[in-house]
Amino acid sequence: MIRAEGIFKSFDQNKVLKGIDFTFEASKTNLIIGKSGAGKTVLLKILVGLFQPTKGKIWYDDKDFFQLSKAELLKIRMQVGMLFQGNALFDSMTVEDNIRFPMDMFTRMTEGEKRKRVDYCLERVSMEGINNKFPSEISGGMQKRVGIARAIVLKPKYLFADEPNSGLDPKTAITIDSLLTDITDENNITTIINTHDMNSVMEIGENICLLHLGKLAWQGNKDEVLESDNEILQDFIFASPFLQKLKSRALSNGGGSL
Amino acid sequence: MYYKETIRQMYDIGIGSLMIIVVVSLFIGAVTAVQFTYQLQGTAIPSYYIGYIVRDMAIIELAVTFSSIILAGKVGSNIASEIGGMRQKEHIDAMEIMGVNTASYLVMPKIIAALFVIPLLVSIAAFVSIGGGFVASTGTGAYSPEEFIKGLRSFFIPWNVFIMYVKAVVFAYILTSIAAYQGYFVKGGSIELGQASTRAVVYGIIVILIADYIIAVLLTG
Ligand SMILES: Nc1ncnc2c1ncn2[C@@H]1O[C@H](COP(=O)(O)OP(=O)(O)OP(=O)(O)O)[C@@H](O)[C@H]1O
Ligand SMILES: [Mg+2]
Repeated sequence: MIRAEGIFKSFDQNKVLKGIDFTFEASKTNLIIGKSGAGKTVLLKILVGLFQPTKGKIWYDDKDFFQLSKAELLKIRMQVGMLFQGNALFDSMTVEDNIRFPMDMFTRMTEGEKRKRVDYCLERVSMEGINNKFPSEISGGMQKRVGIARAIVLKPKYLFADEPNSGLDPKTAITIDSLLTDITDENNITTIINTHDMNSVMEIGENICLLHLGKLAWQGNKDEVLESDNEILQDFIFASPFLQKLKSRALSNGGGSL
Repeated sequence: MYYKETIRQMYDIGIGSLMIIVVVSLFIGAVTAVQFTYQLQGTAIPSYYIGYIVRDMAIIELAVTFSSIILAGKVGSNIASEIGGMRQKEHIDAMEIMGVNTASYLVMPKIIAALFVIPLLVSIAAFVSIGGGFVASTGTGAYSPEEFIKGLRSFFIPWNVFIMYVKAVVFAYILTSIAAYQGYFVKGGSIELGQASTRAVVYGIIVILIADYIIAVLLTG
């Protein structure tokens, strides 16, 4: 469980977050959604400690994140995996070295154990055999998968992903989404994903946080999305004229579902 | 990991800069010899002094300062753009989240490598400069090799070699740490990255020259 408590964040005069309270639940795929510029990335970076909030607290289970001792912080860090919006794969290292990096830094595993773990992680994301390629030699979707493999290599308790399927075709996007939810379920991870992809919302949203103008505008799960009459949510989900048409047709057919 | 990274940096800085250091030192030695030959003309100073002058100029000042300025340009801009690129591509954030102390992981190996390798390069530079001076002064027939070598062996003060290494270590620290700082705190995009790497070089050279002056005052006073 990760909890944001009264989070405010400003950059100079720009008030990006204006008091966010939200609990991201364990062994669930938690989503942060909202329009581009809503502050999703900023909130995620506060949750992982890359930004200090102007005000507010972050709780990792019963620990106050910004009050941790160095040793406690390192312990939590080693339980965190993150997938960046731009991958952040180390481009002068091979895929294998990228995935090994956290093990090299923090574990005393033997060569053999490391190699096995790398192969397992690559297999888990269906990318076996690309160990010796460089990130620039593989496609964007493959880079995302390698990013996931690197994020899970130390068996994290908390997994963060910033727009894991942006820039991918809808099919690949869905496989990445389901990969993340599967990994979450298999390992009881607290997973937090930023997205503005409405497919993801409807497929994997078990606990959704909708950001709008710096505030929490709505919260619920994917089944509650359609039933909700929250205007901001409806406006966000059914953004395109095409989807609005679909929705009104579904409603006029008498059903609440599409 | 730190060890591996330090070795890689040593290789980069050392082997990567060897050629340019050798070429530049050769000419510095040669020019020193030619210039002093010109200045010594018609004076009462014995001609074998040429070897002595070339040697001490190389050791006390030229080898170490010139090499460091060249390295501030070559290694400094390299370090700033490497670390700055990692900052901009979120590699540093990614490492932070893993729990890596990035300031030490990215910066320490470079500083340590430089502290070992740059004094070595400077020693080579000093030898090559003296060699350059030898070639320039004897090649034209202005001096005999015996004269030059006699000068080379005269008035040798080990303390000067100590000054050279003090300078080498201090300059190595200055140029790597300034460059790493400029890269580590870079913001924005490729224009800012270019500016950071330019600043690394310019600030590096200025601070090296200031330190050169301070060391000269302190250690030869
Ligand atoms: N490092 C920063 N310095 C200053 N302002 C920032 C910084 N990072 C984000 N902002 C501001 O915070 C606001 C929210 O940005 P953020 O990147 O969180 O949006 P987002 O919801 O992730 O959008 P997208 O879906 O496009 O990724 C923007 O107005 C942006 O200008
Ligand atoms: Mg974003």
